[in-house]
Amino acid sequence: MEIILSAAIGILSASGIWLLLRPRSFQVIIGLCLLSYAVNLFIFSMGRLTPGAPPIMPKGGFVDPTLYADPVPQALVLTAIVISFATTALFLVVMIASRGLTGTDHVDGKERSQ
Amino acid sequence: MISEHLIIAPILIPFVVGALMLLYDDRQRGAKFWLSLASTAAQLLIAVELVVRAKIGGDIGDAEGMSFYLLGDWPAPFGIVLVLDRLAAMMLVLTALLAIPSLVYARAGWGRQGPHYYSLFQFLLVGLNGAFLTGDLFNLFVFFEILLAASYGLLLHGSGQLRVRAGLHYIAINLAASLLFLIGVSLIYGTTGTLNMAHLANLVASMPGEDRPLLHAAIAILAVAFLVKAGSWPLNFWLPTAYMAAAAPVGAMFAIMTKVGVYAILRLSMLVFGETGGASAGFGSGILIMLGMFTVLFGLLGILASQGLGRMAAHSVLISSGTVLGITGFALAGGGQAMLSGALYYMIGSVLATGALFLLIEPMNREDGGIAAMLALTADAYGIDDADMEEEPDVGLAIPATMAVLGGCFALCVLMLAGLPPLPGFVGKIAMIQPLIAQTALPAGLAWGFVALLILSGLATLIGMARIGIQTFWANDVPLPRVLALEIAPVIAILLILGTISFKAEVMLRYTGGTAHALHDTAAYAYGVFATPRAADRPADEEAQQ
Repeated sequence: MEIILSAAIGILSASGIWLLLRPRSFQVIIGLCLLSYAVNLFIFSMGRLTPGAPPIMPKGGFVDPTLYADPVPQALVLTAIVISFATTALFLVVMIASRGLTGTDHVDGKERSQ
Repeated sequence: MISEHLIIAPILIPFVVGALMLLYDDRQRGAKFWLSLASTAAQLLIAVELVVRAKIGGDIGDAEGMSFYLLGDWPAPFGIVLVLDRLAAMMLVLTALLAIPSLVYARAGWGRQGPHYYSLFQFLLVGLNGAFLTGDLFNLFVFFEILLAASYGLLLHGSGQLRVRAGLHYIAINLAASLLFLIGVSLIYGTTGTLNMAHLANLVASMPGEDRPLLHAAIAILAVAFLVKAGSWPLNFWLPTAYMAAAAPVGAMFAIMTKVGVYAILRLSMLVFGETGGASAGFGSGILIMLGMFTVLFGLLGILASQGLGRMAAHSVLISSGTVLGITGFALAGGGQAMLSGALYYMIGSVLATGALFLLIEPMNREDGGIAAMLALTADAYGIDDADMEEEPDVGLAIPATMAVLGGCFALCVLMLAGLPPLPGFVGKIAMIQPLIAQTALPAGLAWGFVALLILSGLATLIGMARIGIQTFWANDVPLPRVLALEIAPVIAILLILGTISFKAEVMLRYTGGTAHALHDTAAYAYGVFATPRAADRPADEEAQQ
């Protein structure tokens, strides 16, 4: 499971970085999305991988923490998803504005040959 | 009872006011302006009260004047904690001091060039104040995102092709940096199991050796995210274009945004890798010094190469943050408190001066018909009809002796940035250079190199700015620009503040000296958080007294 998860994170971030460095704004935004998926998975894995364990403990008495998943990274990843979703949406608006103003989808607002 | 909750007020006030203003129609700009001004003035008053509290606490030796605020009354390290110390209080005052002139300047015209300017401005203040106050890493991320989201909106304010293109690059860079921030934070959680800065400082000394490289990598990744914000070389090529494209009052606020990155680096590195860092003490200090030196070098070459005042002002922001970064590196390597104290003093002066310079750019370059033409142009662009425009009262009178006033203000800004007497730039540089020469912890060549760069950067600023000044004020045949009193008053106010800082240099340096001492004394921070009693645990009679 560890291998699959780390391979997923690796492939996602590698494709994300490659797309981020491309000149078209659509590629850039897809690259940022893939990167943020990779980061979200990474945050999630920082709480150690515990399959089939609930993150919420029962109230009172002694609880054995090894039977439960770490809830903090799950809370962090929720916040990170919300924030990256919102900023990506904002970025999309700016890109559409740039496309409308310049008439090209190049990130510099003009084609290289011009 | 109230006084203990005052710590969270600098976050709540702009948040509530900013949200409230969203409910009003955008045409109520007068009301919005006065609301924002009241909110910012309240923040200034509270910040001054907090500085006094931190100073008095520090003078009587009570935990270095730090006070802590447990959000939701959760004990540290489980809940988020706000920490008020001398550094945070000082940054709060600096933010408010810069925000008020910028807000008044926006009233003269920029505030009505697009929707929701005043709300975005207040949200920017939420992010800034929160980032200075928080003692939790993930909370720091959230406040960074708040201030960045507001800054995206503000950078695009006024629209236009140039701004949208610069905004596109600015947002892409900052989104990527935020992802790095998240990787760093989660790696820190993975290795230490905490996100609380004080708890982290406690744990780092007793970390097992095999975990240490991972923690170093985590903090280094985190630092890359901060360095992007601080505009450190080689992560700063986006900065001059973005700052130049921003509307004038926004550019002035951006002068402090680089300092948030510097603040985060200063705070975290002193806390985690300071003298109590065990085997990790001093980690990254050499890199910080080198990056600081290269940033100053890049800034000074940039100033010499720039043709316009906007680009020059952006490069002087780089010089100022590079200087403070370099000194942070020296302090981390054991260079002593005196130079850090000088650097903090210099930072206050240079942030205010670059802010004033950004406000001066537009009146200095205004050639045709003044602000009325500019407003008519944007009114067209936004389809605002004349009936709307006439509702706006005439916001101010043109000032007499325009050129003399503008030239005088510009000269004073240049004196400050170049580090010439009598303004604080000079005092700050002396206060940094003296301990740099006297220090023995690092090779003398490095310190002398830094001193040389500091002096050279002053010379470059003087040459570059004098060239622009001559072009604008002496060799120009265009008719006199019409400058509104509302536009020049904020600049004069900032210059008066600079004069006061210079005049009261001894008091200021004593305060920054206390700040530097508190930054080196990590134990007060690291254990103070845990000694803070929860409100629920407090004895009832004590509660009654309050």
